[in-house]
Amino acid sequence: MKGLPPVLITALVLVAGFALCALQFPNIASTRVVGNLLTDNAFLGIVATGMTFVIISGGIDLSVGSVIGFTTVFVALAIERWGVPPLVAFVAIIVLSAAFGAAMGAIIHVFDLPPFIVTLAGMFLARGASFLLSTESVPITAPVYSTVSDFALRMPGGGRLTTIAIIMLAIVIGGVLLLRLTRFGANVYALGGGRATASLMGVAVGKMTVKVYMLSSVLAGLAGIVFSFYTSAGYSLSAVGVELDSIAAVVIGGTLLTGGQGSVIGTFLGVLIQGMIQTYINFDGTLSSWWTKIATGVLLFAFIALQQGLVALARRPVAKRAGAVS
Amino acid sequence: MTALLPRRGLAQILALVVILAVDRVVSPQFFDLRLQDGRLFGSIIDVLNRGTPVALLSLGMVLVIATRGIDLSVGAVMAICGAIAASLADSHGLPVVLAAALGAGLVCGLWNGFLVAVLGMQPIVATLILMVAGRGIAQLITEGRIVTFTSPDLVWLGNGAILGVPVPIAIALGMLLLTGAVVRGSALGLLIEATGGNARASELAGVGTRAMILAVYVWCGVCAALAGVIAAADIMGADANNAGLWLELDAILAVVIGGTSLFGGRFSLVLAVLGALIIQTMNTGILLSGYPPEFNLLVKAMVVLAVLLLQSPKLSGFAGIMAWLRGTKP
Repeated sequence: MKGLPPVLITALVLVAGFALCALQFPNIASTRVVGNLLTDNAFLGIVATGMTFVIISGGIDLSVGSVIGFTTVFVALAIERWGVPPLVAFVAIIVLSAAFGAAMGAIIHVFDLPPFIVTLAGMFLARGASFLLSTESVPITAPVYSTVSDFALRMPGGGRLTTIAIIMLAIVIGGVLLLRLTRFGANVYALGGGRATASLMGVAVGKMTVKVYMLSSVLAGLAGIVFSFYTSAGYSLSAVGVELDSIAAVVIGGTLLTGGQGSVIGTFLGVLIQGMIQTYINFDGTLSSWWTKIATGVLLFAFIALQQGLVALARRPVAKRAGAVS
Repeated sequence: MTALLPRRGLAQILALVVILAVDRVVSPQFFDLRLQDGRLFGSIIDVLNRGTPVALLSLGMVLVIATRGIDLSVGAVMAICGAIAASLADSHGLPVVLAAALGAGLVCGLWNGFLVAVLGMQPIVATLILMVAGRGIAQLITEGRIVTFTSPDLVWLGNGAILGVPVPIAIALGMLLLTGAVVRGSALGLLIEATGGNARASELAGVGTRAMILAVYVWCGVCAALAGVIAAADIMGADANNAGLWLELDAILAVVIGGTSLFGGRFSLVLAVLGALIIQTMNTGILLSGYPPEFNLLVKAMVVLAVLLLQSPKLSGFAGIMAWLRGTKP
């Protein structure tokens, strides 16, 4: 099975980490904490799902944090200042995000440029555009927002599964199905295996590249809407650095950064691990939040080194066989 | 015409001249210089001074990119080294402070180089680790506070002047000359370009590609450390959260504007520094013109896009456009 061993390791790390946390702070093992963890990381889970597709296809999308920032400002201004109904604002921003992602994908494909630098330009563009819209935090007071944030499914043990957590879980499940069961998903893997081979196999490489970045930007837009529900405000500086968090989640989830291998479930586990570290630090109270960054860095290193080792192991017999043939 | 104009760099020089001209229009005093307390003042000096950190970063970055690599961690390394310098400044002498900060940069560079050259990781991935963890480490050093200092020696590094020239500018110029002398005065530059052009072929031809890659990341770390010390000295304090934030992107942008290909294999130190100056001249121009600084990011995005399209392998690139300007077919 593609990418299963790294996912298993990620799952083990999550379970072991959670067990350690629970040993020290028994209260962590409650549905309340888990519910909050899902709510706090809802936007990250959504955006990381999109990032998984991009990275499996062999690319990277640095613009997602800025797209989230732009979305929150756009939605807030549209609802509060321009008097647009919330639903229309949501549709508009999703369409806008789709066009933005498609444009980046098209530039990457047509001009044969590194995705890293094209999406970097996209990152500047989206962040700059959100600054232009407004540099101050715009609170959202629309009734939809209070309705949505009040609604939650009760879990046994007093935990609350909020609307945005449910949206995130739905996106993750949708992402798993899209990647595993559809032609689109198979093509994403093919693209990451090698553009030339994919093209020879009959994959429309250009169309796929555009679609993959479109998907990532649309999910970033959706994550932005979720973020605006989470904070009830639109702020141009929100979600700075989320692109790094989501890349880290994808890598910790066992997806190969060179593309061609990975899974959405792994990414989801990666998001949960990051959330768990944050929760542990909150519970501890004496540790500062910068330990999250260091712990994430250490995990990143461990997983990349592990991948590197696995790749080296996987290549060895192939090289031998090739040597025997020649 | 070819004899009069340099083969490379014409586009960058033209761009700088155009932006300077625009700056002159929006701010008539742009080229005014005056000497006060033994230090030159004026918008031009300000551009050079503010451009120093990115110029220093681009000096290291350009060599890394020439080997087909990239270093995303330079901003975080700046924060670490700035934090070290600021914490030591009031209790130790300048030599100790500098040695500690530059030593830390060297170690950061070694770490990146080790991951890329020895473990064979992709450069983006390898340096991402330090980019994420580095700011945490910097905050560990400052204990989450903004560390301020009053040591006149370190302050001089950021605000002093040598023969009227602000010290940061002198340092950047010195580093440019030093780097240039080392890589272009010897075969080192050629070997670095060979590594970026085709690492395997170079290895077979006897180039120590591992040593080359290790060396460029170490140099990049040292340059970032120097930039971090200067940034800290400039504001007389170290802010682990904001020091060098997003400057890795500016440095990459400067290198790209300087015509160095992201696909490795060739580089120009002078043009990379020129790229850094172009960015800073734009920033200052936008500030002087009274537009909100928020325009900066939009303008930068447009510039990245334009330069990328010029560099695109699908279009014929700078060479083609220059040839077209000269009236010959590429």
